[in-house]
Amino acid sequence: MDRTDIGDPDYFHKVVDCQWACPAHTPVPEYIRLVAAGRYADAYMINWRSNVFPGILGRTCDRPCEPACRRGRVEEEPVAICRLKRVAADFKGDIRKRLPEPARKKNGKRIACIGAGPASLTVARDLAPLGYEVVVFDGEDRAGGMIRSQIPKFRLPERVIDEEVGYILELGVDFRGGSWVNSLKDVLAEDYDAIFVGTGAPRGRDLDVPGRVEAGKNIHIGIDWLSSVSFGHIEEIGKRVIVLGGGNTAMDCCRSSRRLGGDEVKVVVRSGFDEMKASPWEKEDAAHENIPILNYLVPKEFNHEDGKLVGMTFEKVAAHYDDNGKRSLVATGEPDEYIPCDDVLVAVGQENSFPWIERDIGLDFDDWGMPKVDKATFQSTLPNVFFGGDAAFGPENIIWAVAHGHDAAISIDKFCHAEDISVRPPPRIDFSSQKMGIHEWSYDNDISNDLRYKVPLKDLRNALASIKVEVELGYDQNLAVAEAERCLNCDIQTVFDHNLCIECDACEDICPTDCINFTENGDEADLRSRLHAPSEDLSQDIYISAPLKTARIMAKDEDMCLHCGLCAERCPTGAWDMQKFLLDEEHAGPKCREPKKRAKAA
Amino acid sequence: MTYITKPKLAHPGLARNELGYTRRYYEGAVSTLCAGCGHDSISAGIIQAFFELNIEPHRVAKLSGIGCSSKTPTYFLGSSHGLNSVHGRMPSVLTGANLANRDLIYIGVSGDGDSASIGLGQFAHCLRRGVNMLYVVENNGVYGLTKGQFSATADKGSKSKRGVVNRDSNIDMVGLALQLGATFVARSFSGDKAQLVPLLKAAIEHQGAAFIDVISPCVAFNNHAGSTKSYDYVREHNEALNRLDFIPRRQPITADYEAGTVEDIVQHDGSVVRLRKIAKDYDPHDRIQATNFLQARAAQGEIVTGLIYIDPDAEDLHSNLNTVDLPLNALGEDELCPGSSVLEKINADLR
Repeated sequence: MDRTDIGDPDYFHKVVDCQWACPAHTPVPEYIRLVAAGRYADAYMINWRSNVFPGILGRTCDRPCEPACRRGRVEEEPVAICRLKRVAADFKGDIRKRLPEPARKKNGKRIACIGAGPASLTVARDLAPLGYEVVVFDGEDRAGGMIRSQIPKFRLPERVIDEEVGYILELGVDFRGGSWVNSLKDVLAEDYDAIFVGTGAPRGRDLDVPGRVEAGKNIHIGIDWLSSVSFGHIEEIGKRVIVLGGGNTAMDCCRSSRRLGGDEVKVVVRSGFDEMKASPWEKEDAAHENIPILNYLVPKEFNHEDGKLVGMTFEKVAAHYDDNGKRSLVATGEPDEYIPCDDVLVAVGQENSFPWIERDIGLDFDDWGMPKVDKATFQSTLPNVFFGGDAAFGPENIIWAVAHGHDAAISIDKFCHAEDISVRPPPRIDFSSQKMGIHEWSYDNDISNDLRYKVPLKDLRNALASIKVEVELGYDQNLAVAEAERCLNCDIQTVFDHNLCIECDACEDICPTDCINFTENGDEADLRSRLHAPSEDLSQDIYISAPLKTARIMAKDEDMCLHCGLCAERCPTGAWDMQKFLLDEEHAGPKCREPKKRAKAA
Repeated sequence: MTYITKPKLAHPGLARNELGYTRRYYEGAVSTLCAGCGHDSISAGIIQAFFELNIEPHRVAKLSGIGCSSKTPTYFLGSSHGLNSVHGRMPSVLTGANLANRDLIYIGVSGDGDSASIGLGQFAHCLRRGVNMLYVVENNGVYGLTKGQFSATADKGSKSKRGVVNRDSNIDMVGLALQLGATFVARSFSGDKAQLVPLLKAAIEHQGAAFIDVISPCVAFNNHAGSTKSYDYVREHNEALNRLDFIPRRQPITADYEAGTVEDIVQHDGSVVRLRKIAKDYDPHDRIQATNFLQARAAQGEIVTGLIYIDPDAEDLHSNLNTVDLPLNALGEDELCPGSSVLEKINADLR
């Protein structure tokens, strides 16, 4: 194999699995160390810069970082990254002085953001301090989009939304609540320099089976029902509730129902438990609130009497897999299952909907009714119109919307400066050795053996008493430190200098996870087969050195490295060094533009 | 030394041996020796050897004297028996232990100071008597604990870190072991585990006095230009006689080799030492040839490594003394105290 190019920013970035997996590339280990040190405001600001909504995401994020966490590979469970983010938000104190100030001088460019959800707000946050005049339109009176309308308040209190949305609007953003945009043509006519569409995926899928119309009064579309609950239009539901669907919306629906009078709430899902789209922890939360999840039941009919819903009939199915592993649900032939109920919530998916975008303005849509949007620049076929969040590529989640917002803001900034938006700015990278003494490091390299700490919850009776009582109490400071200690500091990289190595094997011997090998070089498959420990995860790189004196190479499988620094401690010559690799994505601003233009502007 | 203990977390896919243990189970405490010490590599080799031989750590007794090398038994096989004895006295303490309990597997770890200076007499008699043990000398040619004076194995003419040239002749531990009657004699290098581990395995299974001289660079005091026990010097002057595959008994022998390049030596217990010959004419069964060969190569400045001599049908101290088959702690009161009539008989024989 070729010698690893550690100058390539992606190489060490991939080693920081959590940061690599985070769509916004939040420097996770860096803020976790700050949480452990009690520097909550600093931890918060790192998050704020990357993901804009730390308090909100610390409660609601889909956490792509956690399945990626190395701790989950060497032990049972990943670090509770998401909830440590909440700790930073909970204990940060007043950080207003650290936020950027509204631009004193406007740059004369006007940007319209349609929809006031996380994607639009991210665009606004990135652009407003640069001097852009950002106008955000939304049909609701208050900004937040689905963060405000869809997520139940017992998971995300209103004050957290107000605070973090407020930080953005206070940057001099012109928020126009209660102004539903009916026509993109009209907005285009207002001569904005660029338009960002962040209108989400606002339409809930319906279920067309017999009885849908007749019993319609007690059948509700999940996301519409959730927003009615959020805005206080709905305050109760029948005693017996069926929630259809296996995603996170279904979990929010069933848990909300439990708080609005639903004593017997059941979730009914077509597929099996493991294939459900809901995050494992959301399923656990539902189970904790005594909500059974019934699998392999396909809705057949809404049963009604005298125009009132009385129950639902389901066909029992089983999963069958063909030779290609493709699953199909086949009726088992058993008698249908009848479940009596008073209300049904349909949470079987959501869709994009762009009735307000005229089809004759040069903005192309694909065969599925989605706008044609560039994956890297988020530009549509109308050069001054950009998309992001669920509106761009279909339903995802908040953190993806934020990532889209950052990228779209870069595009808009470059677009407004007449630059090629396909040229993307490289990330900011900083290396710093952590060596302080012979065996002293400026990070805590002793590995905690603790298992993942559970987040304390409100007791069930009180939690279910009100839809507004937050059910998770969050870690206290002691639990936060203990959980933070579980982080393996994967951003503290093992950097190897082959010129200093004397091949004493000390690092190879001490490595607790048998990552390090001194061996003859070979092609990747051959080399992986010869390493001390099985090297089966091909997505995890092998760090290859230049040839050493004996013509062997050092090959380190990054997969299970604990970043404990023992290789560097046992190295007599300093051939190994532990260096912090801090990667920050570049956001919109002068630094994302081409150097020449920057000089000219200055 | 390091300030933290080695993390308990291990690679989840780590291989397990026939007993169900991973290699990590054979580890000891974290080493307090200098970073990069050759001795730590030897400890890692010993860990690997016992792991691969599927030996339960509690069946092993590890004994040592005093010195850097003699600290190392703490760093491997944390669940086995053992003690640090008096300086240079490991061989007699081990001999005593072996006589008392012949069921344990004995490994004695010593250094060039412990075995070639203060304990030279002990070293000699232990090998001469054929105590069934693995005797490892971790040989760095220097007194590390007292800041780097030449030891008795330092080559004449080699330079200390301060630039002083050694005027004394060196003691060749391998030459002595051959002359003293050790039935398994080898030399290896801490920086070459591929050679060291099979040698350790074969020596552990050898039913007699097995001696391995392991050159083990002292990174603090003897790893400079002018040293003859540095990583660079040993790598440049290493004259490997052979490579070893150790095949425990019951295991099928599979690999094919070109005729004449391989010799299988069946040991007393049925295990096979497979020699892949590098020096084609070298015969490891001939003690006299081995001695001559060693001296000739040493005169040319080469360091001969590999299996130098083996007597596969060795006999040990217990068979020489015709001792009881059971360890003393397994004997009952009847055997230990057979009564006055037996005493009478013994006394009568002596009259």
